[in-house]
Order: sequence, then C-alpha cells, then structure tokens
Amino acid sequence: MTATSMAQALCAALGDAMRSDDRVLVFGEDVGRLGGVFRVTDGLTAQFGDQRCFDTPLAEAGIVGYAVGLAMGGFLPVVEMQFDAFAYPAFEQITSHVAKIRNRTRGRLSAPMVIRVPYGGGIGGVEHHCDSSEAYYTHTPGLKVVTPATAGDAYCLLRAAVADPDPVVFLEPKKLYWSKEDIDLAWDGEPLGRAMVRRTGKDATLIGYGPSVPVALDAAELAAADGIDLEVVDLRSLVPFDDETVTASVRKTGRCVVVQEAAGFSGFGAEVAARVQERCFHSLAAPVIRVAGFDIPFPPPMLEHSHLPGVDRILDAVDRLQFADEPDLRYLSGVRP
Amino acid sequence: MPDSAVQDLLPSPIPVRLLAEDGTVVDCPAGYGRPSTEQLRAAYRRMVVGRRFDTQATALTKQGRLAVYPSSRGQEACQIAAALALRADDWLFPTYRDCMALVARGVDPVETLTLLRGDWHNGYDPAAVKVAPLCTPLATHALHATGLASAMRRKGADTVVLALVGDGATSEGDFHEALNFAAVFSAPVVFLVQNNGYAISVPLSRQSAAPSLAYKGIGYGVHSEQVDGNDPAAMLAVLGDAVERARGGGGPFLVEAHTYRIEAHTNADDASRYRDEAEVERWLAADPLSRLEKHLRDTGGLTDSDIEAAQAEAEGLAADLRARMSSEPRLDPLALFDHVYATPTPQLAEQQDLLAGELKAQEGS
Ligand SMILES: Cc1ncc(C[n+]2csc(CCOP(=O)(O)OP(=O)(O)O)c2C)c(N)n1
Ligand SMILES: [Mg+2]
Repeated sequence: MTATSMAQALCAALGDAMRSDDRVLVFGEDVGRLGGVFRVTDGLTAQFGDQRCFDTPLAEAGIVGYAVGLAMGGFLPVVEMQFDAFAYPAFEQITSHVAKIRNRTRGRLSAPMVIRVPYGGGIGGVEHHCDSSEAYYTHTPGLKVVTPATAGDAYCLLRAAVADPDPVVFLEPKKLYWSKEDIDLAWDGEPLGRAMVRRTGKDATLIGYGPSVPVALDAAELAAADGIDLEVVDLRSLVPFDDETVTASVRKTGRCVVVQEAAGFSGFGAEVAARVQERCFHSLAAPVIRVAGFDIPFPPPMLEHSHLPGVDRILDAVDRLQFADEPDLRYLSGVRP
Repeated sequence: MPDSAVQDLLPSPIPVRLLAEDGTVVDCPAGYGRPSTEQLRAAYRRMVVGRRFDTQATALTKQGRLAVYPSSRGQEACQIAAALALRADDWLFPTYRDCMALVARGVDPVETLTLLRGDWHNGYDPAAVKVAPLCTPLATHALHATGLASAMRRKGADTVVLALVGDGATSEGDFHEALNFAAVFSAPVVFLVQNNGYAISVPLSRQSAAPSLAYKGIGYGVHSEQVDGNDPAAMLAVLGDAVERARGGGGPFLVEAHTYRIEAHTNADDASRYRDEAEVERWLAADPLSRLEKHLRDTGGLTDSDIEAAQAEAEGLAADLRARMSSEPRLDPLALFDHVYATPTPQLAEQQDLLAGELKAQEGS
C-alpha cells in the first residue's frame, strides 16, 4: 500500500481506463502537456500519445459538443472542465444533448461520456473557482452525477463512470485533491449507484457527499467524545440515488442531518431531506435538518471559512435533533440565542 | 501564411452562380463546372417531390395532423443539393427546417415528421440512415457534426459530415466553436449556412455586419464559399466540391447559400408583421425549381413526360403521406421512462409503476 492522493488516484483511473479500452479519449483545456491545472491528467499524453489525451481550443461548449459527436462515432470521451464555474458555457450541450440524446432517439443513439468537474470551495480560490454546482446536474434527467470523498473511491467511481453506458458528471472535490490515503487502487467492477456507510452509529445519521464527508466524519468523532454516537453515510452517487442505504440508516438511528457545501436553498440536500421524511417518517424522532452553505454567492477566499459548513455547524444541528423531550425549535424561526 | 493561402480561404466576392434566373447559362469566374445533365435531372425530380412534400406538410398543420411545420419552400436547391452531395455512408446534421433534405436522402417522410407531429422527439433511426436528429437548439449540432467527422477520420473512414445551419444560428457561439474545432482538428465537415434572410422576424442585418456570412470562415482558417442558393446547378457544384475537398483531407469548408424562405417561419408565424409582399414577390421570381426546369427544357434535358413523371411521383408521395398521417399515432405513455438511462434507475421504475396505475384507473373510469 502506498500513500495516494485523490488527484493521483484519479490519474491512475484514467490511465487504467485508457489502457483497458482503446475508445477512451481524454481531452480538455491544459490536460495534455501540462497534465491539467490539478495534474489529474499528468503523464497521460506521454504514455498514450496526443491522439488519446489532448488539448482542445478553449471553449467549453465546444469541448462537450465535440465529445457528443465523438461519442456518436463510437468513442468514449472523458472531458475535463477546468473549474466548476467554467463548465457553465457547456450547460446547453450537457442539458439539451448529452442528457437527452438517448431518450430523444429511443436508445438508437447515446452519448456515454464522463464530464469531470473540479468543484467546491475550501482551497482559497478567488471568485468563479469554488462553486458547488451539483444541483444543476442532478436536476437534469439523463445524467448520472457522482462525487468521491476518498482517494480509493475516486479511483473506483471514475473507473465505473468510464464504464457506464450513460453520461456521468463526475464532480471532484478540489479541497480533497491532495488528501492522501494508504491504499491499493483496485476496482471490482461495481457499477455506480451505491452509497456507503463510512462510520456506524446509533444515535443519528449524518448524510454527506464529496467534500462534506470528511467534515461529517470529524464532527462524528467530536460528538463521540460527548457520548453521541453518529452514523455517517457517504452518498457517492447522487444520481442514481441509493434510497435503500439512506433509508436503512435513518430508520435505524431515527434522526438525520444532511450536510452539503452548496447553498442550502433548492439544493441537493433538500432532495435528500424530502426523500428521508417521505420514507422514514414513523422512524423519525426529529425533523430532518439541513446543514449547508449560506444562500450567497461563493465568498472571497478570506471569508470562505464563514460560509462553508464546518464541524461546529454540524454539531449545532445535531444538538437540535431533540434528544431531550423539550423540543428546541429555535431553528424553525432562524433565531439563535 | 502566404497571401495566396489567405486568398484561398476567402469566398468569391459575389455568390457563385451558374444559371441566371431565366435558366440561361452564365459565366462562372470562380471556375466551377456545370453539373451533368443527368445530375441536374436527378436534382429536378427531387426538387419537384420535395416541394410537394413541403406543401403537403403545411397542409397537414391546417388539419391538425402536425403540431407545427417549418417550411423550406424556396430553399429547394439547398435542400436537394445537401442530400445529393453526400454518399450513403456520409452523415447529415439537419435542423428543424430541413425535412425536405431528409426525404430527398431517403428517410421515411412519416418518420421525418415525428418531431413535428409530436408522437416522439425523433422518428427515424439516425445510425441506419446516417442522419442526426433534427436539431432545434440553434447551432449546437454543428459541434456534434465536427466531433463525428473527427471520429470517422480516426477510424480511417473517408466519410464526410454535412451540417445545416440557418443565418440566425451563425450568431450563436456554438457555430463559431464548431468552425474553430473543425479547423484545429482538420475535421472532414462541411457547414452549409442557408441564409434565408430571416431568423423568425429578425433580418440578416441584425445578425451580422460581415460582408457575407461566408467570411466567417477565414477567421478560423476554414475555406469558404458563397453561392446563389436558388441556383440548383451552382448549389450542386459548390457543395459537391466542398464535400469532396473535405473527403480528400482538405479539412472543413463553409458554404453560405443566399436563399429565401417563401413561407412564414412556421405555420404559427405571421410574416406580414416583419416583411412585405413585394419582397416575397421578388424572390418568387428567382424560384429555384422553375429556373432548373427552364434550363433543362431549353437545353433539351427535360421532356413533358419527364415533368409529368416527376409530378406523378410527387403526388404519390403526398397521397401516401396523407394516408399514413390520417390515422392516430400509437402512443405508449409508459415508454416515456425507457431510454432515459440505459437501465432505468429504481426511482424511474417506481414512477413508471405509478403512471401504469394511473393509466389503469383511467381505463376503468
Ligand atoms: C439556442 C436557441 N435560441 C432560440 C431558439 C428559437 N428559435 C427557433 S428558430 C429561430 C430562428 C432561427 O433562424 P435561422 O438560424 O436563420 O434559421 P431559419 O429558421 O431561418 O431556417 C429561433 C430564434 C432556438 N431554437 N435555439
Ligand atoms: Mg434564417
């Protein structure tokens, strides 16, 4: 076992996917010689040649639209959007074509591809470099949306994404790119779609995905010191959504907090909370609480720590899960003592 | 780049024309040769059939058999040349305006009209007929055409992809990104801009201040040409040349065809709000079909019985289309969930069950 960062794990997944399938093409902005601004494509051009891993003109709609045509022609594009907010020019191609071509043509055409998007905050990025854009994609039928929280998962989920017959928006939490794990990279062929219990507990379930998973795990450690035993579920795949794992956990613990970095209003966490209360109502001892970023444009680097949900905001929410008989309804009116 | 290479990229200063409006042969400074009589006869027959298909489709909107229909009447030379320039293994990427080109390529007329009838989004099998779905989000398909052209080239095939776009669509970013990608990757793709003067109500002068839309090629290093889009002979010559150039490894090509949309944008549009009848009259005088008919008659390439045969074929197609469109299409609401993903997600399977229950209850009531 070797210490491997998430960026290295992703790079290894791309290399292994390219080795195992000639149809895989990696392209985007600066992915060739430079190896990507986050070095996720490091060395791929050297290994596979510039026909397999190559730079394109600087145009995101162009990259994704070109990928649609290559996919129609039997190739398997893996494209990189340089940053979350710079994927927006490609939005029309993604929502109107990538997501729909299979359905529009009754399955006669399809555009399997992976659209890799480094996303989220926590790296001190200046504006337009820190968006949590998952809800735009999860709200679009026809796309699969996944996000890893560990280096091992980054490898497996990316291999599964490349092998998937449907287009996958692959969201890479930027702040986890450099976090290392001692791990052997291996994918057992498991397809996308399963969540994972990262920590078992009996008092309440914290549900996170991507960058919020390590924060939730830290919060659970601290809560344990206070005698509260928290379970942590890592969603991994936002679409398809693993209702089974989530429901089983919340039915067991009876309490639930959903943690996301993105602005809370109309965010993916709202979907999770709704699904949990629809399926677990009689098991719930308290309303499902969302812990999220505020409903503001992503803040400048020196202020981002005030915005991003940290362990304190999570533990505060856990406190409000009505462990005592006296319900604490402060959050309902938004008034804090 | 040497000046000669720059000149080579530029379009002719005036649109290429081989036949005058009265069907007489004109001199072509750009040096394009006139297509053979056989080619012109084939184009004529398809233009007659195409126009009949178009008027039939418009009539079907009035009978409520089509949700909407964007007519390409007046653009027959472009539509037919687009179909004839391609081999069976080449690909065509059309817009909503280009049903006539599909029918000329041999796509079943009813399947061609599926989108506009509204029983599904796309009716034909794109891979079987090598025609992408009719594209509505303007110019987005120009990138797909470019990507597919590159894919074919990577596989060692000598196939060419032809993408059709309107004048208005040349203002969209995707059009420019497609030209750029095509040039950078030397993709065998031809872009045919049918400049019919309007994007719904907005005239060309609001889309572009360029000397001609064909000049948009040089900024990307794309060869370009402009052509009289109502001259069937010139359309066949220029488009055929562009396609064969791309096939031979010459890279992408941009053709601007100057033409005119005789009908309103669609049957739902009121063109009198933005253009006057006199303008339409002027363009009716430049009708591509009568121009070719006159030329072929004058040069002995077309007899009365040829014309009758073409018209009979057209009437046959129209009658068949009417008959097949007069029955209600078979609809299956539960199929809405198929092909959203390769395998339905558990959630979609649940929703399909829900709808199945609703449908059953409706049957019972
Ligand atoms: C991206 C996008 N914006 C707007 C529209 C709505 N729309 C449909 S057709 C049209 C006019 C297009 O004009 P042009 O490209 O000249 O083609 P024409 O209809 O004249 O053939 C517009 C604005 C659209 N389909 N796609
Ligand atoms: Mg137009």
